[in-house]
Amino acid sequence: MLESRYEAPLTVQDAVDLLSADSEARVLAGGTDLLVQLRLGRSAPSAFVDIKRIPEMSQLETDGTGLHCGAGVSAAAIFEDENVHSLWPGVAEATDLIGSTQIQGRATWTGNLCNASPAADTVPALAAVGAQVVINGPSGERTVPVESFCTAPGRTVLTTGELVTRFMIPSPAPRTADAYLRLIPRTEMDIAVVGVGVSLTLDANGVVSAARVALGAVAPTVVLADAAAAALIGSSLDDAALEAASSAASHAANPIDDKRGTVEYRKRVAGVLTKRAATIAYERAKERG
Amino acid sequence: MGKLHIETQINGEPAEFLCEGHQSLLEVLRDGVGLLGTKEGCTTGDCGACSVMLDGRLVPSCLVLAAETEGRTVETIEGVATGDQLHPIQQKFLEHAALQCGICTPGLIVATRALLEKNPNPTETEARYFLAGNLCRCTGYDKIIRAVLDAAAEMRGEAG
Amino acid sequence: MSKRKFKYVGTRPIRPDGVEKVTGRANYGADIMLPGMLHGAIARSEHAHARIVRIDTSAAEAMDGVRAVLTGADFPDIPNQWMGDDEGGIDFGAIAQNCMARDRVLYHGHALAAVAATTTAIAQEACRRIEVEYEVLPAVMDLDTALSPDATILHPEAHVRDGQPSNIATKIVYEGGELDDAFTQADVIVEREFKTPMVHQGYIEPHGCTVRFNEDGKYTIWCSTQGAFGVQMFAAMVLGLDPNLIKCVPTEIGGGFGGKTTIYLEPVAMLLARHTGRPVRMVMTREEVFRASGPTSGGQVRVKIGAKRDGTFVAGDCEITLEAGAFRGSPAGAAAMTALSSYRFPSYRIQSYDVVVNKPKVAAYRAPGAPISNFAVESCIDELSRELEIDPIELRLQNAVEEGDRAPYGPVFKQIGLRETLEQARAHPHYSAPLGENQGRGIACGFWFNAGLQSSAIVSVNADGSAIVRTGNPDIGGSRASMAIMVAEEIGIPVERVRPMVGDTESVGYTDLTGGSRVTFATGMAVIEASQKVVLQLRERAAIIWGVEVDDVRWEDGVAYGLNAAADQDPMPLHVVAPQLRTTGGPVVASAQVSPPAAGPGFATHICDIEVDPETGRSQVVRYTTVQDAGKAVHPSYVEGQMQGGAAQGIGWALNEEYVWDEDGKVENPGFLDYRMPVASDLPMIDTVIVEVPNPIHPYGVRGVGETPIVPPLATVANAMRSATGVRFEQLPMSPPRVLAATDETGS
Repeated sequence: MLESRYEAPLTVQDAVDLLSADSEARVLAGGTDLLVQLRLGRSAPSAFVDIKRIPEMSQLETDGTGLHCGAGVSAAAIFEDENVHSLWPGVAEATDLIGSTQIQGRATWTGNLCNASPAADTVPALAAVGAQVVINGPSGERTVPVESFCTAPGRTVLTTGELVTRFMIPSPAPRTADAYLRLIPRTEMDIAVVGVGVSLTLDANGVVSAARVALGAVAPTVVLADAAAAALIGSSLDDAALEAASSAASHAANPIDDKRGTVEYRKRVAGVLTKRAATIAYERAKERG
Repeated sequence: MGKLHIETQINGEPAEFLCEGHQSLLEVLRDGVGLLGTKEGCTTGDCGACSVMLDGRLVPSCLVLAAETEGRTVETIEGVATGDQLHPIQQKFLEHAALQCGICTPGLIVATRALLEKNPNPTETEARYFLAGNLCRCTGYDKIIRAVLDAAAEMRGEAG
Repeated sequence: MSKRKFKYVGTRPIRPDGVEKVTGRANYGADIMLPGMLHGAIARSEHAHARIVRIDTSAAEAMDGVRAVLTGADFPDIPNQWMGDDEGGIDFGAIAQNCMARDRVLYHGHALAAVAATTTAIAQEACRRIEVEYEVLPAVMDLDTALSPDATILHPEAHVRDGQPSNIATKIVYEGGELDDAFTQADVIVEREFKTPMVHQGYIEPHGCTVRFNEDGKYTIWCSTQGAFGVQMFAAMVLGLDPNLIKCVPTEIGGGFGGKTTIYLEPVAMLLARHTGRPVRMVMTREEVFRASGPTSGGQVRVKIGAKRDGTFVAGDCEITLEAGAFRGSPAGAAAMTALSSYRFPSYRIQSYDVVVNKPKVAAYRAPGAPISNFAVESCIDELSRELEIDPIELRLQNAVEEGDRAPYGPVFKQIGLRETLEQARAHPHYSAPLGENQGRGIACGFWFNAGLQSSAIVSVNADGSAIVRTGNPDIGGSRASMAIMVAEEIGIPVERVRPMVGDTESVGYTDLTGGSRVTFATGMAVIEASQKVVLQLRERAAIIWGVEVDDVRWEDGVAYGLNAAADQDPMPLHVVAPQLRTTGGPVVASAQVSPPAAGPGFATHICDIEVDPETGRSQVVRYTTVQDAGKAVHPSYVEGQMQGGAAQGIGWALNEEYVWDEDGKVENPGFLDYRMPVASDLPMIDTVIVEVPNPIHPYGVRGVGETPIVPPLATVANAMRSATGVRFEQLPMSPPRVLAATDETGS
């Protein structure tokens, strides 16, 4: 019989202690995945450990090193932040795409990541910009790149007692910009059928000197499509480079057939969105020149 | 296991209730506090019928634990009209016939107020995307959006 | 029919129940809380088809807080008996078995036990602890399987065809002319086969009720329903009770579209209330609504149409096969009746099959069956217009039915407005607007015959000159406003002076359900008639006051006038007469009842522009216009609302909505996340044009308007997609993966 406790620790250490003592306890950030699973009978935590009363969890600031975003900050608050918009517009876009306005009032990057759904919107965008996840636990603090955090659908690198405390996005190099696109059947409210995040750095001549391409919803975890990125490097995003990147992305995708899309469809669209997201990122990066 | 005693503020008035750790704010508003205006359509955050404001942010009350509201402020549909006066949004919904069965209406009105607080002059597209989380099956949204844009104009002090 | 000048009909007053609804005060099916109330939940089948070997409820009964556990054994056995004919009817045995399974479960989610407990959470947990032993049977999950020679037969005793037990529950045939001959005379023939999925009405409010059992054996049911008298009768039949023992109070209803014209929870809550001696509240979860209420049929439709080179239709042949779900009762009849009825087909054959499968028992969904057959026929007509190189509107005008034409299912059309809607569509700026890149345009027509059925109404006048009108129709779409307008029109007082109320089964005369697009039409007729009787009574009172004969009194615009105006006969408005009712004979009250034999079909023409992303198959409706004959729009805003709402449902059906099944016959998408109904950002403004060709049967010319709007959109959108992509889509929904695959195939 469901009788979950509700705990609202005021420090990270208290949260770690609660989670260490009870392996069936679950972190409650926005609850937009956890509480849905509860209602659908797929999850029955012994306790909800609400992290939103811990002061550092609501921190959101940008400094010389980059962005520092506490684990409890809502998607809505992130999207309202001017620095996120100007420095990482793709990440801002992805954040704005997590569900409805209501969901955004609650959802967090943390939950989007820790739920470890292959289709999470923010994960490819964060992976494209090299975001890092800071974890705290019984053995102290450690940092993991976003793209390594999820190990399989529903599974992460977190061990008992550990929780995510904040995200860090390094300051972008000059002439760097990102973009995120996803395909859904309606205009809103759907889980991504395919999501693509691209970050490009240009040299003084507008030639791509660095690139990251991350694909979501086309494999058990986010895919860093290195070959697609490589196809863009050294180019000024001419048609041939875009086609090569597109086809490399399709190739890197390893999707399944499900009620949201077929294998062929997802591979195709991964390629299409890679081209389009790369084009947008390129235009943005040029404007920063 | 005993219940939690929560003290919060609902529609500007102090409120308190007992609840269990897993109970949603939606459940407690309806079955505990007796505010039936907030509706349950799905309990998975997909329909918007349960929309309320939590500390000034639009949220789905089915995905908020009641316990989380300790020391916070909650605003529901019951707090939208002031005294004996309908809010302009409510008035415009009536004038534009923006409701048929009315079940989505409380959530839509709370969401619309949140929209216009944030963006007093939304375009049709901005209004549609902001309100995409409020499902309506009766109207096809046309008259709802007209009511929203007209309410926005009225609240800006322009002719309707 | 004279062109009457109306004062209130055709205006747009604020609906009388509006303030309650915008403030959240209106009570819906889940809002009735009674002291001492228990909460009910239902245990449901985990298999699509199985025999129930054993149900062990002991663990559930042992739980703290559980007050009653029931299974099918606690319900009376109601024999299966089809009451009706091939075109429609009802089997209360099936309804009873659908509310609570007896020896077999026929779909995943079929109710097989129920619990009443002190909280919903306890009741739900108790349901999980009920142990069921099943003998799993092969599941019949689609029409092809149901119709195959070695199919598992769901109801071998009930349905026999050609001497063999069959899954075909009904076959309907309409035919006329000389079909084979006619096809040989055709210059052009189009023949296609279409498939549509099972879809749900998608009302935002789940089913909910609260039931109290009184010690004198009487039940009171508060529930969200489209018809309280229907609930009363259905519950009585399912529980073997005298209907007199059941009072049903309709709450406000959060959408129905036909899905709330039957019962699911009510008899279960009734028995739980009787067993526990406490009120019981039961509300479906969203998942239960999808799994275990009544979606509409998935279907297959084969259509063959032949025409002359000049565009004249000469022959039409339709074969329609619809899923009934677990028990007989798909809208195969209505799908057949409407399929070819918009156009003159000198020779025709329509065959329609109602087929049982292991899916939820289907319920009505807004013009049941018609959108499915219409999708097929109007798609073929679109192909014809391309082959013949005749403009799609011209082709339809050429063949459109008019007054005097006979529909394939029998009746002769009186005045109808199909032609007018086509002409207005053609004249609308939408039809000639330029199209952008990757955009296409489609049009289609559709109709619904609309129902008459029985209604009654009571109108009374208060001492202050205001009036009350009482009817028994739950207000789903603004009908209270229309009733108030009609009373205002007849009596001649402002609409705000009329209070409409919706009564329960003990406070108003019998009324058939809110549905079938009948309330403004049929209940409206009763309201008008009762109001006219009130006016006669008011004239009689004025006559008494003036000491003259009633024939010497005229009533106009809310005022009594003496015809032989004498010095003491100043015109008397109602507020002067009303205080004198007490001394001139007492209260003024009148009732009326109607049962019109026919209603008056409503026709529509729709236009859709759609934009398709050729690289992803994703589409967006960029413009939509609906033109519909309303006969007379009593409250134009609510007529427009019906037109827009039905169009939106049809667009969802065409583009994204479908039940998705896994290989065990379980619904994979029982929620609003993956059952994709249109959201606000998916749709543009929906332009509406109300045409008024008066319905000769109704005193104001009113036609029902609620159902017609959902009939054309499936084909309208499909025809727009054809125009945008070059591909004729024969399967719905036209979701992005299907569109991309199809455009790939044709290299478009």
